[in-house]
Amino acid sequence: MNSLGEAFGAAWRLLVGFDAELAQVVGLSLQVSITAVMLATLIGLPLGAVIAVERFCGRQTLIVLLNALMGLPPVVVGLLVYLLLSRAGPLGSLGILFTPQAMIIAQTVLIAPIIAALSRQTIEDAWREYEEQLRSLGAHRLTAGMTLIWDTRFSLLTIILAGFGRAVAEVGAVMIVGGNIDGVTRVMTTAIALETSKGDLPLALGLGIVLITLVVVLNGLVAVIREAALRRYG
Amino acid sequence: MLPLELNGLSFAVGDTRIIRGITARIEAGPRTVILGPNGAGKSVLMRLCHGLLAPTDGRITWHGARNGDVRRHQAMVFQRPVMLRRSALANVMYGLVLAGKSRRESELRAMDVLEVVGLAPHASRPARVLSGGEQQRLALARAWALGPEVLFLDEPTANLDPSATQDIEHIINAIHASGTKIIMTTHNLGQARRLGDEILFLSNGRLMERTPIDRFFREPASPEAAAFIKGELPWQ
Repeated sequence: MNSLGEAFGAAWRLLVGFDAELAQVVGLSLQVSITAVMLATLIGLPLGAVIAVERFCGRQTLIVLLNALMGLPPVVVGLLVYLLLSRAGPLGSLGILFTPQAMIIAQTVLIAPIIAALSRQTIEDAWREYEEQLRSLGAHRLTAGMTLIWDTRFSLLTIILAGFGRAVAEVGAVMIVGGNIDGVTRVMTTAIALETSKGDLPLALGLGIVLITLVVVLNGLVAVIREAALRRYG
Repeated sequence: MLPLELNGLSFAVGDTRIIRGITARIEAGPRTVILGPNGAGKSVLMRLCHGLLAPTDGRITWHGARNGDVRRHQAMVFQRPVMLRRSALANVMYGLVLAGKSRRESELRAMDVLEVVGLAPHASRPARVLSGGEQQRLALARAWALGPEVLFLDEPTANLDPSATQDIEHIINAIHASGTKIIMTTHNLGQARRLGDEILFLSNGRLMERTPIDRFFREPASPEAAAFIKGELPWQ
């Protein structure tokens, strides 16, 4: 109990003193996860929109698959990306294993299905409501898809932020493809895992506090945006 | 692009036949009211004519169509219009921009139409926060702005109070006066009498009769229509 109190005290001093090592780890975490979320959105959002609006053979299977991929275990994603990027792997010549790029790829693979599956659901629900009206006004499928994305933008933003939450809090994938190299690929979650096993609880706790605060602030932001949008646009 | 000719038009979903072999020729000019009880197939018939549904059997021909794109010359207002999450003005501009007008031209045209339907003061307000009556007026403005030759109206006042209904009926008459052909459904006899020139009476997916408005109420040709009038106006 005493050591817990001490650890909290030390963690607090690290945070308030803006410890350089802590700042570096938090910075890399944000950089990797924000980039991954942007890439996953660029892939997942149009994919979700197309599946929502188009009718094609195998669509139902694809939806089931996509929904299943939402639960993809991060360590398995890490392993697959590791195999792809390792020297003997098909993309080994890129030489990016154990770099932030590899971590970005792994997190993108992890969250693109989440963004695709959830935005497919949101956009398809809107399509049901809008379809006749948009067709009557002369919108073709591509235009209709863009209109639906714009009209559901606040729900989609929530989905994207959920993707970010998943990416930034995930350990398995970045640990395997990043390697947790000090100053190079060490992010919040891998640092927490390492420092805890080393017994350096203040740093682990400090990072934990930052991580939890980040997630809470993000969720607060989502709630505020949704509330404002509902009031403003109905 | 009128006249519109329906030839043996049928529509079924699975084994349920919703429209059963309707043949009719709809000319430019008189306001056509499709009347009938709930479930008669009025809305479906209108969606078939507008091209939102494909008939399972029979043909729809626009005889006066000059080019292939008949969709551009018709518009539809739905019973529950869907408002896009943007301003009232932007909702009217949406269809105009899709029809190939420049943004500037669209905005001028949209403002004109909003003025006519009395929504100019609300042009910049989000469409979804407008009242039910205002949203229905906005839906009419959005359709009218396109300058359609034919305007389909599906129960345009179904959920509105008498005062909002009156506003809508005024606008419908103004659209008619501007030369657009009105084809509308209703199950409200009073509205049919106020707005209709001719009645197409539908029952159970069949066209039972087609009669000028005054004769329809005096001496309906089909027993189904007579029963419907009697049921709706039991004091007569």
